[in-house]
Amino acid sequence: MAVFKETAEVDVRERRLHSILSYNGDAQTLIDKSKEKALTCKGRYYGQCAACAESCAETATCFIEDAAVISHAPIGCCINASRFNIATRAVTASRGLKTQSLKLVSSNILEKDTVYGAAEKLRHAISEADRRFKPKAIFIQASCASGIIGEDLESVANEEEQKLGYPIIPIYCEGFKSKVWSSGFDAAFHGILRKIVKPAKKKQADLVNVFNFVNSDTFSPLLAKLGLRVNYLAPLSSVQGLAEMTEAACSATICETLSTYINAVLEEKYGVPEVKAPAPYGIDWTDKWLREIAKYTNKTNIVDEVIEAEHERIKPRLDVLKEKLQGKSVYVIMGDSFAHNMANIVKDLGLKIAGVTALHHDQHTDSDKQVNTLQELVTSNGNIENFSVCNSQPYQIIKILKKVKPDFLLIRHEHLTTLGTKLGIPTFFAGDANITVGYDGVIKLGESLYEALRTKKLIDNIAEHAVLPYSDWWLDEVDDPLYFERSNK
Amino acid sequence: MSGIIEQPRFSCALAAQQTVAAIPNAHPIVHAGPGCSSKAHEFAGTGAGFQGEGFAGGATVSCTNTSEQEVVFGGERKLEDTINGALKVLNGDLFVVLTGCTADIVGDDSIGVAKRFAAQGYPVVGTETAGFKGNTYYGHNVVLREIINQFVGNAEPNVDAKLVNVFSVVPFQDPYWRGDLIEIKKLLEKIGLKVNILFGSSSDGVSEWKNIPNAKFNLLISPWVGLDAVKLLERKYKTPYLHYPVLPVGAKETSKFLREVAEFAGIDKNTVEKVIANEERIYYDYFLSKADFIAEFRNSLPSELFTVADSTYAIGVSNYLVNELGFIPKGIYITDSPADKYKEELNNILVSKGEEFTDTLTIEYDGGLIQEDIKNKIERPEKTVILGSSWEKFLALDLKSKYVYLSLPLNETVIVNKSFVGYDGGLRLFEEVYGSVFKSSDSVVRGISGSR
Repeated sequence: MAVFKETAEVDVRERRLHSILSYNGDAQTLIDKSKEKALTCKGRYYGQCAACAESCAETATCFIEDAAVISHAPIGCCINASRFNIATRAVTASRGLKTQSLKLVSSNILEKDTVYGAAEKLRHAISEADRRFKPKAIFIQASCASGIIGEDLESVANEEEQKLGYPIIPIYCEGFKSKVWSSGFDAAFHGILRKIVKPAKKKQADLVNVFNFVNSDTFSPLLAKLGLRVNYLAPLSSVQGLAEMTEAACSATICETLSTYINAVLEEKYGVPEVKAPAPYGIDWTDKWLREIAKYTNKTNIVDEVIEAEHERIKPRLDVLKEKLQGKSVYVIMGDSFAHNMANIVKDLGLKIAGVTALHHDQHTDSDKQVNTLQELVTSNGNIENFSVCNSQPYQIIKILKKVKPDFLLIRHEHLTTLGTKLGIPTFFAGDANITVGYDGVIKLGESLYEALRTKKLIDNIAEHAVLPYSDWWLDEVDDPLYFERSNK
Repeated sequence: MSGIIEQPRFSCALAAQQTVAAIPNAHPIVHAGPGCSSKAHEFAGTGAGFQGEGFAGGATVSCTNTSEQEVVFGGERKLEDTINGALKVLNGDLFVVLTGCTADIVGDDSIGVAKRFAAQGYPVVGTETAGFKGNTYYGHNVVLREIINQFVGNAEPNVDAKLVNVFSVVPFQDPYWRGDLIEIKKLLEKIGLKVNILFGSSSDGVSEWKNIPNAKFNLLISPWVGLDAVKLLERKYKTPYLHYPVLPVGAKETSKFLREVAEFAGIDKNTVEKVIANEERIYYDYFLSKADFIAEFRNSLPSELFTVADSTYAIGVSNYLVNELGFIPKGIYITDSPADKYKEELNNILVSKGEEFTDTLTIEYDGGLIQEDIKNKIERPEKTVILGSSWEKFLALDLKSKYVYLSLPLNETVIVNKSFVGYDGGLRLFEEVYGSVFKSSDSVVRGISGSR
């Protein structure tokens, strides 16, 4: 069955990829059970706040150079606007590009709109976005409110599109529709695929698509060694750049979780092959990734030489860091595949994987040709005894951490990083997913951990005074971190 | 006001979870979609000069993470489970349920669920704070009202003649709330009052809230936010209130503030004059030590003013800059979306602070329109300071003006205990406003600014 369908919406991950939000066991068992799709997404009796699909969708739509975004919602849904504005300014400046600002308005749905409908407000927001930003496309981010009151985004978008003469793209990322926030990536990419992406008019043999966030430019220097150019998607691309992503030689990603859907469609519908290697995190995976890319770009003749030179280049500093970090243990808490990626760097620094918590788990990818990153992780590192899945839930994670007692934490979820710090565990916050990419990424991670170790007094000081809100009953008397899972009662 | 919002400066009503998190040992329980609570924290916790999760905010907030099932079949059961779990997993003295769009559109009786727990003796309060119902300030007022009604409850006041309850800045939505509230408390204690400050580390938490009915009077320091709460307390416990609409910043307003409070509280005049004399002696010693700087750096210093902030801060701070530092107000933008009935009064309050303020006030929450207006009105950008948020920083950089961080969102600064309230707050604002000259240029000598 085709991955892409000409429907307004793409199905959410718990139905499409049989994603789950809770598991506590070892990695190999999770792989085995996933093959049979044996696990279900049940939910729990008690939980702490997670994140929503909208917050993932906006990471793909808000940073397009010449597109505007309308949050068709009450004001709270787009409230990260300032942070996004700063991110886009900072990243464009750091790359020497024209300074880009956020182009977003909220339709500001109020109570009367939930009764009489908010279509007129949406039209007004579209016309104001057109006046203020002069965009070449407008994304409409749906919300819980717009979804429940049954706003007809398709009709408004189609009518306004006729009027303005450029794509108006509804993104169906209502927060309540999926328990798995990563469904929001698929919702955004589905909109881009439906309304912007065009079949290639020509091919660009040296161009590699890289799906990522609005982060550092670390892929360009890596691929430049093979004489290749990077087409960063979707942030910092343009409407035309999005339309022409089909011209690339192949597509890569920082993380299968981000781009499984769009990469599967690009391969299936437009013949752009996806790189069949895990993302370039850790030395072995970077080697593999470069060799795989070389196949699609006619660089097999030079790739081994490049890899060897890179190994030589980083060796002196790597040896020093390994000596400093040798034998210490690392616990990784991140979103699905990205957790696998970061965990794979650990061994390169002489460190041990204490355990991994993935913030969700897709039991399979959109296409069976795609890489199973958890399988790759186990192949490269052996089984991981402490492997769990939970969507944030610091009350569960604190129990796991108290048991495992890692020397370091790697976290990519803003608000969980605080927990590690309050527990006195030196924590690396992977807020910039690109920073740990490639050979230099291994060194950068090592430097950060070494610095965290040498400056530990700061977080010791925090831990000494931090008071956490959890009850003695929960911390001391309950054994199972998944006590509140539906299957447990 | 066009209804839409570019460059938001407040969040939705659900962000009042921050009001709850500001009460020591109190927990929000959010009955909403999975992203609402995190976003509210991201804005008013992180995006407020990194005010942090504290004891009970951020990722620790209990949440039903409402999904399709609860939207279709109702979410009361899920809320009940979540409250049960929160009571077991978390240590806390007060649990306040806040609802989001999902719960309130599908019509869950969330307050009813909370009340069933309260009836069994649990400290649980229910509120309806769907995002479409209003903004952060609206939500703050709702939370105040419901905690008073459901938790403080019907009590026979046992009045303590020295005790005052303070309602003022909105925690987290005012990024300086920690410092501000401590400063207000210190000032009031100096004239001999006992203070229920209600939020932050200088509050005793829930016991202070329970003690609310026993106050001699309520003090509201804000033009309109909190007015409903003090009126409610007047009806409920017959407690009179003093409405002091201007946030006291600097010596003149703070001394005036202390005199009015003392008079209302029946405090001996000599006591308060002694306090004022002492505070002013210190204040003007600092102030006068800058006379040389003012004299010699006039050519480099800003003298024209735009302020973008909520009504409490915009009026309080502009009053100080105009009346004590001689600034020319070019535009005062109030962003908290006050109800129509307050708009004329806000203008009256501002103009009562000086004729210069005539026709300077704009009540607007669409940041895009505010910035268009500033661009139209600014005449001497190099002599202008813009007080506002991170949004105004970039406007000021574009216009080559100075800027001072005052209001949300503030994503690029770290605020620990800074406050612009009181005598000390005025001096700190002095430092910020004039210090901005050196921060926005490569090099500055008397009268000459190096290029940026």
